[in-house]
Amino acid sequence: MMPKRSQRGRIGEGLIQVLLLFCGILSVFTTLGIVAVLLFETIEFFREVSLVEFLTDTQWTPLFADKRFGILPLLSGTFLTTVIAVLVAMPVGLLSAIYLSEYASEKVRPVIKPLLEILAGIPTVVYGYFALLFVTPLLQKLIPSMAGFNALSPGIVMGIMIIPMISSLSEDAMYAVPQSLREAAYAMGSSKLQAAWRVVVPAAASGIAASFLLAVSRAIGETMIVAIAAGQQPRLTLNPFVPIETMTTYIVQVSLGDTPHGTIEYKTIFAVGTMLFVITLGLNLVSRWLRERFREQYG
Amino acid sequence: MKTTAPWAFEIQDLNSWYGGRQALQKISLLIPERRITAIIGPSGCGKSTFIRCLNRINDLIPGFRVEGRVLFKGQDIYDPTMDPVEIRFRVGMVFQKPNPFPKSIYDNVAYGPLIWGTRKGPALDTAVEESLKRAALWDEVKDMLHQSALTLSGGQQQRLCIARALAVEPEVLLLDEPCSALDPIATARIEELLLELKKSYTIIIVTHNMQQAARVSDVTGFFLLGELIEFAETKRIFTNPVDRRTEDYITGRFG
Repeated sequence: MMPKRSQRGRIGEGLIQVLLLFCGILSVFTTLGIVAVLLFETIEFFREVSLVEFLTDTQWTPLFADKRFGILPLLSGTFLTTVIAVLVAMPVGLLSAIYLSEYASEKVRPVIKPLLEILAGIPTVVYGYFALLFVTPLLQKLIPSMAGFNALSPGIVMGIMIIPMISSLSEDAMYAVPQSLREAAYAMGSSKLQAAWRVVVPAAASGIAASFLLAVSRAIGETMIVAIAAGQQPRLTLNPFVPIETMTTYIVQVSLGDTPHGTIEYKTIFAVGTMLFVITLGLNLVSRWLRERFREQYG
Repeated sequence: MKTTAPWAFEIQDLNSWYGGRQALQKISLLIPERRITAIIGPSGCGKSTFIRCLNRINDLIPGFRVEGRVLFKGQDIYDPTMDPVEIRFRVGMVFQKPNPFPKSIYDNVAYGPLIWGTRKGPALDTAVEESLKRAALWDEVKDMLHQSALTLSGGQQQRLCIARALAVEPEVLLLDEPCSALDPIATARIEELLLELKKSYTIIIVTHNMQQAARVSDVTGFFLLGELIEFAETKRIFTNPVDRRTEDYITGRFG
């Protein structure tokens, strides 16, 4: 009876292989499909608007009668909120990673790390309302002139959201630094801080940089928090106290409205989407390259 | 044991444990200054644990515990008032596997002086050059000081680690099987270097290579299962061991 059974096993094995292949292909084709649609509509958009106008005009008013298609105000909005988020998340994330990897005892680490990671599991809509209804009023007490919708408050909250991303990935990178390097540092009379700051952090630098870039790309793509708390006014400014609009928020705004299919307003979504896609893809690729370089170093 | 040198370390009834497992049992011995002391014994006999007690680097291992006294120049290094950071400043260490930092050759050697307060500038340059010369590496690397230390060969990396340890200007140099990852030529260079260095430093070397102990050391201790079996002048240990177990080990009957 042995041969029969192994034959049946072989058929089952083949079926599973086909199924797994199908699942793999499905996500690849979905991605390709999204890219194709983005590109197709973006090309349509650039038939009507020149690339030069898109990249240099300082007004973004596709929904008004006097239509202007300069993406700079949206870029500046995204840039501003991202920079604020990163300014919050980088120091806090890196310091938490140093604490977790170098200071926390073997008993404390497994408790703190998952707790930090819970931050990443909070729905972004909750963060959005947290920014609008808690952080903004709080900040307005300090800065009375600040508008109800602004870049600062969602930027800070976005920073809190991406802290676990930085701390967790940086901690992995620092934890992977060989113990022999720490011993070398301690054997020369380093304090804990010196060993961490002068040996472990530089040795893990590419892994830490990769975590920063991934966090930046997450902040650039974040939608809900800025849509709720940053206002929806495309404005070319670096003032964090006034309403602005990010690329993602614009896409939400137009998608929610009743923009007819095929109009220029409709196509702007795809042009902005492509821009967003190119930026985050670039950042993810660099981040990946950095992580691979790190792995080579300590493979 | 006949030697006129004063003692660098006086170790009295040293016991140590990793968690519940005892690694060293009642070790007592005197380590002479400006001599090379070799610690030999089979794997797992406690010889690495022993020298790692002398700069308190084992404090970093969770669950590690010692009892007994380790007097360094008359001071008990395990006294609660002693700062392990200061002990490690005075007692340098080189490890089994070369472990240069992923930085330049210069930055590796400059690390110690920098954390101990030397500023960047001519003084630091001199310290780096001096240390590399003392470690007999200067001529090979003087034109590539700003290259990554990881581009050096294993033997060069180990001499760099010695230079890095010397840059702190310690009084003692602990070496934990420093040649076990090196080829015979690189090993010979390190041994030559140790003989030169003993003029100014107390050196304690752990080795699983008995010929190495015989070639470089003045006194030798033989460890077995966490106990010090015999401790005497190297010549005597290798020609006329008192304990049967020492004789069995050096004649290659086990280990």
